[in-house]
Amino acid sequence: MLIHEFQAKDFLRRLGWGVPEGSLAETVEEVKRLAGELGCPVILKAQVLAGGRGKAGGILKALRPEEAAHLANRLLGSKLVTAQTGSQGLTINKLLVEKAVSPKKELYCALAVDRRNENLVAIVSQQGGLDIEELSRFRPQLIKKIYFEPDEGLKNFQARQLAYFLELTESLVKDFVARLKLLAGFFIEKDLKLLEINPLALTEDNRLVALDARIEFDDCSLARHPEIASLRDESQENELEKRARKFGLNYIKMDGSIGCLVNGAGLAMATMDIIKHFGGQPANFLDIGGGVTEEAVSQAFELLLADTQVVSGLINIFGGIVRCDLVARGVVTAASRLSLNRPVVVRLEGTNVNEGRRILEESGLPFIFASDFEQAARLAVELSGQPR
Amino acid sequence: MSILIDAKSRVLVQGLTGKEATFHSQRMLEYGTRLVAGVTPGKGGQLHLGLPVFNTVEEAVRAESPEVSIIFVPPLAGAEAIMEAAAAGIKLIVCITEGIPVLDMLRVKSWLKKCRASLIGPNTPGLISPGQSKVGIMPGHIHQPGPVGIISRSGTLTYEAVNQLTAAGLGQSTAVGIGGDPVVGLRFVELLEMFRTDQQTRAVVLIGEIGGQAEEEAADYLKASGYPKPVLAYVAGRTAPPGKRLGHAGAIIEGRQGSAEGKIERLREAGVKIIDNPGRIGVTTAEILSSLH
Repeated sequence: MLIHEFQAKDFLRRLGWGVPEGSLAETVEEVKRLAGELGCPVILKAQVLAGGRGKAGGILKALRPEEAAHLANRLLGSKLVTAQTGSQGLTINKLLVEKAVSPKKELYCALAVDRRNENLVAIVSQQGGLDIEELSRFRPQLIKKIYFEPDEGLKNFQARQLAYFLELTESLVKDFVARLKLLAGFFIEKDLKLLEINPLALTEDNRLVALDARIEFDDCSLARHPEIASLRDESQENELEKRARKFGLNYIKMDGSIGCLVNGAGLAMATMDIIKHFGGQPANFLDIGGGVTEEAVSQAFELLLADTQVVSGLINIFGGIVRCDLVARGVVTAASRLSLNRPVVVRLEGTNVNEGRRILEESGLPFIFASDFEQAARLAVELSGQPR
Repeated sequence: MSILIDAKSRVLVQGLTGKEATFHSQRMLEYGTRLVAGVTPGKGGQLHLGLPVFNTVEEAVRAESPEVSIIFVPPLAGAEAIMEAAAAGIKLIVCITEGIPVLDMLRVKSWLKKCRASLIGPNTPGLISPGQSKVGIMPGHIHQPGPVGIISRSGTLTYEAVNQLTAAGLGQSTAVGIGGDPVVGLRFVELLEMFRTDQQTRAVVLIGEIGGQAEEEAADYLKASGYPKPVLAYVAGRTAPPGKRLGHAGAIIEGRQGSAEGKIERLREAGVKIIDNPGRIGVTTAEILSSLH
């Protein structure tokens, strides 16, 4: 679970890190007032849950309070489309208004789970900012990584190695070490997946200030951190995706015309792949999961059809834990509620397949049955009207 | 032969008295798996499904000497269950539980190194040596004994692959789900090495997925080892939406690896037969095997 920049900076502030002076605003008037109080120039930062905000025009500088009001008027309530939001974009409900900081140098600092080495990693770079990924490829000598274990935590000497690598002045080294250790402790205690400060500014008066921050928590651990779970901002989720999550479904909207309903993430991806293989375009990724109820299947099928781009549907179930009869009942309930008006190809296999098929056949609804995976995909593509 | 489990394997069920565990333990017993005991703290001394229940894995090991344990416990108890099994001397641990926090898994991995135990999963359907033993939740009836080894990161997609193989007249030596989580126990490389020397196995099918490095590692291993048996692979997720990115740190840690194309390219270079159409896993494997004669 990703949290907003302002929430991440709250955590950083509490852990002793310097952040720019600023405050959150939800109206144009508040922005103008804050710009006056903080003293211009100020930076307006759109609080949406996605990266790539700067390039998308979601981070703007204002030289006077009037200009801040003018920009806020344009940003607030609008949708920001970044490289990571998908074409629908995310609504800007809040702006973080900060006093501009002019850094002498921009650094980078992050903590992350490194799945390859099965360890935690602290990363610093002598050069921060937008092109950090390019940097890691072409000038890796500017980057230093140190691994540590969750039970051991980050050691003083490790933090010191990173501080000296960043060429901090002696007076800052001690501060940085203490704060980085607090950060690592926080990372472990709250089950983070990622904590990134980029850029970490070194100011003219030799202070370290976190200009931007990104914190991502492990969804699997939220049950033991209710105070973290409550930070979720539902306004930042796509309506259909939000509905899906409520029922434990994993749904991701895409731009094609074939709606898919599948059990299991791997099979769901394979279903999308095979649709593409036969020249079609999937409208979504939808994994109903293993512990699904009849009601959740109904919801899943409704979700699939709620997408007006869907021309044909493909239900692909390989029953294991999930029983085919349960899926069939859920689908029939939803289909009768909705008056099914688009062709739906059904492929059932595995646990209770005969019972499932009987339920669908007896419903009298116009399902099209396929005998195997490949045939199901071909049919769905044909019916979506996209020629091979 | 087969790998990891066979008809003689003695299996313990952790969390036996729970609803899901009960259901799947019944299926395992029907399949012929030698379940010998269960563990549920607080229920020691009871009989469940005709099996003795113990409070701790240590007691179960002392009384019934299981070599394998299968775990069905809630996600936040998963890591401890794995550690308990390893500490009690169980050498193969299969964790079905889905949703174990990743930091817990990092702790598990360093624990397992100390105990020299192998883990399959978590978030796996388990493994099966058809006709001999099933330690998992997969539908048993779609499998049949035969020459194909399967290693998969997926659940239901593995069933799909097995079903296609069986339909094409090809049975399986052992089918292993290594689990879909970021941090898992045994990966492709260790299992490929086991299949290499398994006499029953004549070809290996890998079912990969986007993300992580497991396929890239497998490619490197296959290239370096001069693998003696044909290996086929399907990598799911070529059309998957570019997931919400893990900040910049992800790119710094993993470089540009992890995409379906990257994995496919690396595997192809290592001599792996790539299956583009997931509807033809069975047919393609049959073609490759018949071309060996």
